[in-house]
Amino acid sequence: MSDAETLLNVEDAPEDQEEPQLLPLDAWHRAHGGRMVPFAGYIMPVQYEGIMAEHLWVRESAGLFDVSHMGQLVLTGENVDRALEAVLPGDIQGLGVGRMRYSLLLNDEGGVLDDLMITRRASTDEDGTSSTELYMVVNGATKYDDIGHLLEALPDDITINLQDEQALLAVQGPKAVATVARLVPGVDSLVFMTAGAFAWNGTPLWVSRSGYTGEDGLEISVPAEVVAAFADALLEQPEIRPIGLGARDSLRLEAGLPLYGHDLDPETTPVMADLGFALAKKRREAADFAGAARILAERERGPAVKRVGLLVTGRQPVREGASVVDADGAVIGRVTSGGFAPTLGGAIAMAYVPTDLAAPGTGVRLVQRGKVHEAVVAAMPFVPHRYVRQGAQ
Amino acid sequence: MRYFTEDHEWIDVDGAIGTVGITDYAQGQLGDIVFVDVPAEGRQLAKGDEAAVVESVKAASDVYTPVSGTVLEGNAALADQPDLVNSDADGEGWFFRITLSDESELEELMDEGAYEAFVAKL
Repeated sequence: MSDAETLLNVEDAPEDQEEPQLLPLDAWHRAHGGRMVPFAGYIMPVQYEGIMAEHLWVRESAGLFDVSHMGQLVLTGENVDRALEAVLPGDIQGLGVGRMRYSLLLNDEGGVLDDLMITRRASTDEDGTSSTELYMVVNGATKYDDIGHLLEALPDDITINLQDEQALLAVQGPKAVATVARLVPGVDSLVFMTAGAFAWNGTPLWVSRSGYTGEDGLEISVPAEVVAAFADALLEQPEIRPIGLGARDSLRLEAGLPLYGHDLDPETTPVMADLGFALAKKRREAADFAGAARILAERERGPAVKRVGLLVTGRQPVREGASVVDADGAVIGRVTSGGFAPTLGGAIAMAYVPTDLAAPGTGVRLVQRGKVHEAVVAAMPFVPHRYVRQGAQ
Repeated sequence: MRYFTEDHEWIDVDGAIGTVGITDYAQGQLGDIVFVDVPAEGRQLAKGDEAAVVESVKAASDVYTPVSGTVLEGNAALADQPDLVNSDADGEGWFFRITLSDESELEELMDEGAYEAFVAKL
């Protein structure tokens, strides 16, 4: 027996990468039975008790994810919001305090350099006057390139602080918010895509009601020196179990959420990636962001290829790298993520296909290791999102 | 008598008939198994050929035949219950039965003690 493909969706580190870094919770993961693998330049837990059990636990209760490899950036400076709009197509100037948005870092060709969350939060200037700053969470594998791109793109008086002294935890699942609220009073006052400052035992936390599993939940920025004690306190709650990268990947795939470096890269535009919601109306009308001409033309006329969801016939996973072929066997697209969906009990995938094949219900053929698999284009998410929005409480 | 390969297959031999599976160590390394493709009856295999595919949530792996011969049957139960390989790799989770064409090939395989020593060093 041998691995034909090892850890397809979780092995992200390029081979020429330097020695992987250790997370602040490295010893904690090992003590809790985490199986450690390289990912995004870090050694991270791929699973604890098993991917399937962890996945299902998040869907029914709550799971604790260590996402400290991700980049937490704080951007300050006069008109930093307006400056950022040069490279993000969202309405950053219109972002209220404590509000967050999903956005995309774009190159001049409109290609996606990263996907990210951006939040406006209150701050105090050195002279004591109240101000605001922008807090961004970017992907771990791209964070240093992102900083380089932002330094190039932004005026010199904008300051970028990589908060590498902060760990980042996600608690996701239908019982996540109520459970965390026992330890961190008040977090249940947040709704989806809002954030605020809270405290645990006197330690300041930055908490947002957000995540990347499709479930309700929180993401919590916590000082690295207390993250082990905080993670212990979370795990003492019977509703919460530790969850590895494997289940994180299958959860986000079921939720229809793209993974940077797999479903998104500099060759894809927001329109190809079906992330048009990240193009704010005001920004489309102004057409003043990187790659706007190409992106808006694509939006008008339709992209050549588009990211779609696929329900694969049968149980065999069809993974990243498989081809989409036409009736003659010619390659017309490619699978960018794929695997077994524990909630659905079948195989699902994301692929880029020609736009005329992108309508839900369209049959397509996939080829993996010489074997043909039938699949049907499906609307995403595959498993409905369960976010708790404003007014829903 | 049960024999083992360095690729973590086992084969139980009864006369000229062998039953092939993967070891408990192997299933533990693979994690949750969601799909198994077993060889069809009548397929001719040479020792070391790719005989089956096992897919866990995170990876696909090939299973090689430890001996040459003709496939008698694949384990049909794995189509609906691939997780039998996780729960009972040494028994109900067997992959296929094969009629051996050259019993001397068994001499190149490990016995249980040798396999345990091999795994202990991994």
